[in-house]
Amino acid sequence: MTALPDHTDRKLGLVIDLDTCVGCHACVVSCKGWNTQSQDSPLSDQDPYGADPTGTFLNRVHSFEVTPEQGPPQLVHFPRSCLHCEDAPCVAVCPTGASYKRTEDGIVLVNESDCIGCGLCAWACPYGAREMDAAEGVMKKCTLCVDRIYNDNLPEEDRTPACVRTCPSNARHFGDLGDPESEVSQLVAERGGMDLMPEQGTKPVNKYLPPRPRDAWEGETDVLAPYLEPVAEEPRGLLGWIDRTLGKL
Amino acid sequence: MTDQPRIDTAPRVSDEIRKTTCYMCACRCGVDVHLKGGKVSYIEGNRDHPVNRGVLCAKGSAGIMQHNSPARLRKPLRRTGPRGSGEFEEISWDEALKTAADWLSPLRHEAPEKLAFFTGRDQSQSFTGWWAQMFGTPNYAAHGGFCSVNMATAGIYTLGGSFWEFGSPDWENARLMLLFGVAEDHDSNPMKMGLARLKERGAKVIGVNPVRSGYNAIADEWVGITPGTDGLFILSLVHELLRAGRIDLDYLARYTNAPVLLDCDPKSDTHGLFLRDEDGKPLVVDRATGRTAPWDGQGVQPKLTGHIRRAGVTHHSVMHEIAERYLDPKYAPEKVAGRCGVAPDRIRRIAAELARAAFDEAVDLPRPWTDFRGERHESMPGRPVAMHAMRGISAHANGFQTCRALHVLQVLLGAVETPGSFRFKPPYPKPADAHPRPHAVACPDAPLPGPHLGFPQGPEDLALDADGTPQRIDKAFTWENPLSAHGLMHMVISNAAAGDPYRIDTLFLYMANMAWNSSMNTRGTIEMLTRQDEDGDYVIPRIICSDAYSSETVAYADLVLPDTTYLERHDCISLLDRPISEPDAAADAIRWPVVEPDRDVRPFQSVLLDLGARLGLPGMVEEDGSPTYADYADYIVNHERKPGVGPLAGWRMGEAGLTHGRGEPNAAQLDSYIAQGGYFTAHVPEEAAYYKPWNMAYQDWAVEMGLAEAPQPYLIQLWSEPLRRFQLAAEGKGERQPPEHLRGRIAATFDALPDWYAPLSDAHEDPAEFPIHAITQRPMAMYHSWGSQNAWLRQIHGVNPLYLPTWWWEKLDLSEGDWVRVISSHGEITVPVAHMAALNADTVWTWNAIGKRKGAWALDEKAPEATKGFLLNHLIHELLPERGDGHRWSNSDPITGQAAWFDLRVRLEKSAVPDEAQPVFGALKSPVGKGPGALRWRVGE
Repeated sequence: MTALPDHTDRKLGLVIDLDTCVGCHACVVSCKGWNTQSQDSPLSDQDPYGADPTGTFLNRVHSFEVTPEQGPPQLVHFPRSCLHCEDAPCVAVCPTGASYKRTEDGIVLVNESDCIGCGLCAWACPYGAREMDAAEGVMKKCTLCVDRIYNDNLPEEDRTPACVRTCPSNARHFGDLGDPESEVSQLVAERGGMDLMPEQGTKPVNKYLPPRPRDAWEGETDVLAPYLEPVAEEPRGLLGWIDRTLGKL
Repeated sequence: MTDQPRIDTAPRVSDEIRKTTCYMCACRCGVDVHLKGGKVSYIEGNRDHPVNRGVLCAKGSAGIMQHNSPARLRKPLRRTGPRGSGEFEEISWDEALKTAADWLSPLRHEAPEKLAFFTGRDQSQSFTGWWAQMFGTPNYAAHGGFCSVNMATAGIYTLGGSFWEFGSPDWENARLMLLFGVAEDHDSNPMKMGLARLKERGAKVIGVNPVRSGYNAIADEWVGITPGTDGLFILSLVHELLRAGRIDLDYLARYTNAPVLLDCDPKSDTHGLFLRDEDGKPLVVDRATGRTAPWDGQGVQPKLTGHIRRAGVTHHSVMHEIAERYLDPKYAPEKVAGRCGVAPDRIRRIAAELARAAFDEAVDLPRPWTDFRGERHESMPGRPVAMHAMRGISAHANGFQTCRALHVLQVLLGAVETPGSFRFKPPYPKPADAHPRPHAVACPDAPLPGPHLGFPQGPEDLALDADGTPQRIDKAFTWENPLSAHGLMHMVISNAAAGDPYRIDTLFLYMANMAWNSSMNTRGTIEMLTRQDEDGDYVIPRIICSDAYSSETVAYADLVLPDTTYLERHDCISLLDRPISEPDAAADAIRWPVVEPDRDVRPFQSVLLDLGARLGLPGMVEEDGSPTYADYADYIVNHERKPGVGPLAGWRMGEAGLTHGRGEPNAAQLDSYIAQGGYFTAHVPEEAAYYKPWNMAYQDWAVEMGLAEAPQPYLIQLWSEPLRRFQLAAEGKGERQPPEHLRGRIAATFDALPDWYAPLSDAHEDPAEFPIHAITQRPMAMYHSWGSQNAWLRQIHGVNPLYLPTWWWEKLDLSEGDWVRVISSHGEITVPVAHMAALNADTVWTWNAIGKRKGAWALDEKAPEATKGFLLNHLIHELLPERGDGHRWSNSDPITGQAAWFDLRVRLEKSAVPDEAQPVFGALKSPVGKGPGALRWRVGE
């Protein structure tokens, strides 16, 4: 099968903030748009105007409810794409070497000309992050916009994945997670960034920032904002209090 | 690794980028449109643009699929089959325009009101309104009446400006934000960017919404309120803050009408109106002198609690009324908790948090400024509490007063136009009484004497004939809904079909899906559009429709004028209309044809100018009969609304070269816009950036920019005189009197201080029989009916189950795959369900406008939108159920006429699984065929 590199020079990846992701799907569609026009073959759609439209998307957002023991239920929006794992099982199982992890930056890619569409990699990926393109018969996946991030045809500020550039709620960040000084590594350190399903042993490069505690005030007073003390219970009292207060100014 | 493939990491991105304005929703972001081989290849956000600063939502990024949609109309169409069949023949533009002119010309000569011209999600209202005004029909409006007119109007009458287009939270300084019932495209990207910014800054966001989706999902705290009770919740917060004296006394005294004296003599004809001096200026008591003084007198210090005694009557200030009203124990948290579905302690705690943020975390910007009374201030103190709301609190029959209540809460905290709170965007603020009044008197062969829509100040401004007959087909500005400032598009078809108040000849619609998701009572509306008289003639004789796409409504038109897509047209997003300004800048923008149409279609505004010239409308035709404007681009550049003020403010021609704001037309103006990224901004000077209504630096800047003719400082209208004038009429005072059956309702609802009343439908149907509230939410990745033709977006939102809260889910013993019958007092639907825990306990909801009619939008008839998708519209009637009093009451706000969509109550019954969502409508014959079976294309190859 295919060997993974012992070491990559950098670990490029995404940090996704589940605290601010509103589930708007901007990243999903921007990704579809960019990769449809930039990849070797377009991301196709089957029955796009029919009864059962399906298509290739390299990034999808799932929404699920969480009901904590205390407090009201919560809705979490969860964007999901390739995590560019250090121990990527999708690469290891590839029978042709089409799937590979780049040594210079750790990006996991598929060389479409070598891909036979056997689907083993999709089976091996615990995250469901690979998509077989029904029209092309090859496996598609997030490239971390490898055709943007080094692309000197783009202004420097745009050399970032399309999903990161477009995210309206600043929930997506891109950088070198192998460099502890990078902004993304700092963000992970500050916010307790997590691996997705660490028990799988895949060592994902992408990290998720957990939602900040919500509804922490449910049913109790805030020590910083105790209930308001009344100054008056009826109109005349309030008006008198206003006059006294303004009289002091 | 040597065997690693070599890949091209720096491909050429595109041939060219053209910068224009998005139209995938109402947010109007800047977009960079990439072209390859002359075709659109990719769309991304414009980094420099003031609205979206580079980001772009799902809809915007999917614009390429809208531009290439198979549902695009291709050529003008003339109906050949019966209305609603979808059978058409293609005709030439010349024939289409001649037909339209032949239909409309006699109307203009004989009875201009027989043309009803209503535009939907039109972004050119200052133009389409002007066209209708020149035609002379009083029957013009856009879609605000069934959208958020309550929010817009309450803001304008109270604060002098409203949320969204005319104002924004102060994202950079707010510490606490309260978000109520927001439609997630009003506005789209700025709201997401702002919420992220607040979180980055550690500010707290409280979401008040029966449904915890979208923005409420990321709110730090969620208040799952019962629909229609927001006003009660807000006034309970007001009650708590007043009791504790946690209000901004200085702000109230200086900038609001809280210190203005009221005529408190019950016998007076002006009882409850302001006491005025001989110049007509409202009076306050000056703290310095103890005497009355005009509110805006130089150096006057208004006394908040002022009162005077005249002829044995004590006249007191508005503040007395505020104290009297809101300290009433009926607003105590315990009293409102059950109804709102919010615990009393929670209301108290939120009141405490508001007070803490406003007063204990106050900000103070070191920016000196001078107010309209001539007083200089060394800094700009602020109350960092921001609020935003939209359709959720607006689309109720108590929506107007609820929106006003929200504004009262803001104002009591000093949280309007102060740092950290809510900020106006130019051309706002404007005084509530400085807007046009409605104009509705039609005269053959003559323009209407002024704009259609306006802001009535009292009964004298109603659009009624001497005998009380409504002048407008939608009965806007009548006693049934006096402040209907956006018109009532949702009443046009039913009134026209009933010939009440009169018959019309031609219904002309643009960008409005009235035969489907934009009408209440969809089946009834379809019946009205196809109703025939005894001679077999349609009771609405002619329908002209302009749309770019094969919508459900196109099938009901007799003549279809196919519009372009948003990438093929000129547009201006004008300061005369609904611009793209930000609090720190006046801004407007254009669209321009970044690609040419590949079909025989024309931009609607250019078509309207052509039609106007054919009809000889003033301003559109020269003396020799030639058209004044070649097309809409020509109009944008050369039309002047008043000398030096045109649709676009940027790059006008001054005496010494290019200038901004006021100036002569500049033939190269659009080139300048295109070169500068498609938009123009003029920055508000720093010392003018806050306290705008009272800040002389801002007032002078606004005059210089052409936004106003003279400085116009004003007071925030906590007490609303226009409302009180209508109430006075209902009390029997004044010459123009309401009909008897409306007297009681007007007296009760036109309160000069906002109060809460139960949704009117509660008095027409038994809440016990219909115990569940049913509402819609707007998906962030869809815009009304337009999204479903988009191959990418429909893969995200192709179905819309009815979401049920846990209690009802379990009570009805439902599981995944089940269906329910949803029954209202008007109708019944059968639809698929899903469970959602994060819901108000008595509320069900679904996504808005996903359901489609078979045959529309170039979709396959088996598309899930047509087989499982559904509309709640079938459950909602434009009239409330009969209750035996001899009247049919409108299902709308009695003040503005806003459609009360969210007052819907239903009951649910588990259903056997039907073949399709019920009711089923027959398929339309598609005039454009169906979309392709697969998509696999790369542009530019």
